[in-house]
Amino acid sequence: MLTAEEKKEIEAEFPRYEQKRAVCVEALKIVQRHHGWVSDEALIEIAEFLEMTPAELDAVATFYNLIFRKPVGKHVILVCDSVSCWIMGYERILQHLQDRLGIVLGETTADGVFTLLPIVCLGACDQAPAMMIDDELYGDLDPAKIDEILANYT
Amino acid sequence: MNNLEKPLTANIRPGKPPFSLKEYEQAGGYQAVRKALHSLTPAEVTAIVKASNLRGRGGAGFPTGQKWSFVPMGADAIRPRYLVVNADEMEPAAFKDRMLLEGNPHQLIEGIIVAGYAIQADIAYIFLRREYTLPAKRLKTAIAEAYAGHYLGQNILESDFSLQLYLHESAGRYICGEETALLNSLEGRRAAPRAKPPFPPVVGLWGKSTTPNNVETISNVPHIINHGAAWFKGLSHSPDGGTKIYGVSGKVKRPGAWELPMGTTLREILEEQAGGMREGLKLRGVIPGGGSTDFLVEEHLDVKMDFDGPKQAGSRLGTGTIVVMDDQTCPVGLVRNLMQFFARESCGWCTPCREGLPWTARILAAIESGQGRPEHLARLQKHTRLLGPGHTFCALAPGAMEPLQSALKYFEEDFNRHIREKRCPWR
Repeated sequence: MLTAEEKKEIEAEFPRYEQKRAVCVEALKIVQRHHGWVSDEALIEIAEFLEMTPAELDAVATFYNLIFRKPVGKHVILVCDSVSCWIMGYERILQHLQDRLGIVLGETTADGVFTLLPIVCLGACDQAPAMMIDDELYGDLDPAKIDEILANYT
Repeated sequence: MNNLEKPLTANIRPGKPPFSLKEYEQAGGYQAVRKALHSLTPAEVTAIVKASNLRGRGGAGFPTGQKWSFVPMGADAIRPRYLVVNADEMEPAAFKDRMLLEGNPHQLIEGIIVAGYAIQADIAYIFLRREYTLPAKRLKTAIAEAYAGHYLGQNILESDFSLQLYLHESAGRYICGEETALLNSLEGRRAAPRAKPPFPPVVGLWGKSTTPNNVETISNVPHIINHGAAWFKGLSHSPDGGTKIYGVSGKVKRPGAWELPMGTTLREILEEQAGGMREGLKLRGVIPGGGSTDFLVEEHLDVKMDFDGPKQAGSRLGTGTIVVMDDQTCPVGLVRNLMQFFARESCGWCTPCREGLPWTARILAAIESGQGRPEHLARLQKHTRLLGPGHTFCALAPGAMEPLQSALKYFEEDFNRHIREKRCPWR
């Protein structure tokens, strides 16, 4: 069920756009912020709220890579795999993250703490290699620095 | 603003929070809004920007004033009219707009108000990529301050001009940066590009006039209004007006971004600003303007980085953010990385791009891993033509072909060596 708070947050977006459906990406993000991901049930309710069909909304939801249609861990790690990070040692960084977390790209750790995903150029090329954890950007990564960073997340 | 040689970055304090409204005003901020709204007509603002030779900094280089002049301005023109700032910076190796968004959000907002006045926009959106969380935070603060200071909203500074500004945070996908895909995204749709013409200034958001401009482009506007077209042209080493924010990434001594006169040479950017190559490494090539531009090599180092210089050398200025490839980096692997990026980011709308890009990525991965065959090179060449301009719906695949076609030209022997030795010589 969409909560009253979620509905209120979505409604607050309406005056910014000519049409209700323009709010749909933000609505998906609002629900995701509260639940971590967007379930089928939630998607159907958002669609109804925005006067869209579930198929129309799912076509949007599955297009954007930062809308999660499957459960993710408590923290989402986005590893930049674009050209500058690749030159600066992306493969070594990814290997270290995978070894340390015991998962590969696209997976969530057994304890549900981390999900590891690839991401396009983070626009942090001057501090490559880079990654984000949730809303935080980390650059100039090396294995030791990654260990220090990960220790702050539980 | 005090530093007239570097207008865009003069008031950016690296590592510190951006100017608040008060600090920005104390540094001369929002004077361009006052000047435009109180003493210039919209047509006069557009004429000044036209005369300044400001060209779009998103990569295409379209003259900004000319774009604004396409907006239907008659009394019977359909309203509301829109201005959209493209802050969806996602081109591989581009990180220049982040600097402006984080460093001086009020400068962008002031530019939006002046540009909005020129085209008599009613509503402006900043379309921001989801991962730019710090820019989002700083923009939200600055937008709220600008509303409170009566620079946004109804009857700005007691003039007849009203403008609403909204921050639209996206949810990923490179293709959203393509201006018509961006419009679909803003309308809450899959970000597939639209057919052009009609161009967005004529038919855009919800069928209404919508003018898309890049962050760096718009950030220049207040300075042009304050100091004039002649001053702006004088900043440049080339016929294209102004400064340019150039960036360098890769194995150089000092990766970074710097505001320099438009038309600064590649050599000066790489050697004087970026400090040259790291110890023990040699330069093999550069991608001068983000992932979708052709390689340039050592013989091109004296190319002036304006819109014409790289073009004459067979590439493009693009975003002006340079990727440096050193002699210990495998060119095949680098191009494979780029093709995987473009294949993943294809919106899937048109067949050549959706099918052709993964194909090139697979061939390159095969060559890189030692599975390459001699006929692969001809197949890649063929793709550079069939995915080139005129064969696809938008510029994504043709852009992807630029680094590939030039890599095949400049680094042919590296490709051959992979195929001959059945391995990557760099691993």
